[in-house]
Amino acid sequence: MKNDHRARNHPAYWAFLVHRVSGVALTLFLPLHFWALGNALQGEARLESFLRWADQPLVKFAEWVLVLLLAAHMAGGVRLLMLEFLDWRDWQKTLLAGAAGVSIAVALLFLLNLT
Amino acid sequence: MVFSAKPPRLRASAVKGLTFMTTLKVKIWRGTESGQFQTYDVPRLESQTVLDVVTYVQRRLDPSLAYRFACRVGVCGSCAMTVNGVSRWTCRTHVDKVAAGDTLEIAPLRNLPVIRDLATDMTEFFDKWAKARGRFTGAHTRKDDFATVKPESKERKRVDAGIECIGCGVCYSACEVVTWKPDYLGPAALNRAWTLANDVRDVAQQERLAAVAGDAGCHACHTHLNCTERCPKGISPTAGIAGLKRLVLKAAMKGEL
Repeated sequence: MKNDHRARNHPAYWAFLVHRVSGVALTLFLPLHFWALGNALQGEARLESFLRWADQPLVKFAEWVLVLLLAAHMAGGVRLLMLEFLDWRDWQKTLLAGAAGVSIAVALLFLLNLT
Repeated sequence: MVFSAKPPRLRASAVKGLTFMTTLKVKIWRGTESGQFQTYDVPRLESQTVLDVVTYVQRRLDPSLAYRFACRVGVCGSCAMTVNGVSRWTCRTHVDKVAAGDTLEIAPLRNLPVIRDLATDMTEFFDKWAKARGRFTGAHTRKDDFATVKPESKERKRVDAGIECIGCGVCYSACEVVTWKPDYLGPAALNRAWTLANDVRDVAQQERLAAVAGDAGCHACHTHLNCTERCPKGISPTAGIAGLKRLVLKAAMKGEL
């Protein structure tokens, strides 16, 4: 018999999900990122038109989501490295909350910069 | 251990004097891997544990219900079940803390074959302790003096943090990786290996590290911390697994593995 969502409903499991989902999403984004950078090789005009297209509000929002995912993946990754390589601390949930706080702070700072 | 044995009937005075609060609707798993929940009405009492509820059902309502318990006080580790979707020791889980309104859902532990109703086959669970080289190997004989292990030493403190495991199987049942990868040794076996890895008297360290370094060993852990979250003894098997990962890495870098 298998566990259902009730067994997984705790902060460390949510952190795992965030880490996994952000990791997969960032991996999927990478080809798009390289394609965008590749535009620069096609000449200035091509890149310029792409950048103008990227100024649309929806694309800006997607960019913000991307920064949030990146921050969450990085902060979560640092948390995991600390858990695995440093001596065990009983405040793992505090560390987890810290990682969540850092991610949100970074995403909000980016948002401030956008407006 | 009791496995569906016929217990003596409760004396009326054992229930008399306790305040009946309301009626609990208790859904209990009946069957093996396939089966269904059956609902029972159980009087809700003050300070009632989930094990009290199961015992009431078996003694008063349905003697064919199979479950397992022994000490009733959180020592033996035999009464663990899945209560409202979460693995718990039932003898020290108060109904008040886990009942959703007046309902309880009681099922067998996860990740283990179900023998019948609430009793699981723990063979695989304990076999994995052996696979993780979970036995002590000393070099001293009875003619030698006692080994001196300072209580304040780092190793002793690490052992202390993990040694109180009662083998209830809650961590194993809660572990998602065991579900994904059935040959994974699991949190309890690896926690045991970690306590021995910090036992300065043990002389089979390299052998133990080799046992836990494989695909089914410590590196399979995804750090969900399900085990740490659910361990009724407050042990963190994740800490031990992380420690084993570090030891394996060190040994591999030195070319010892």
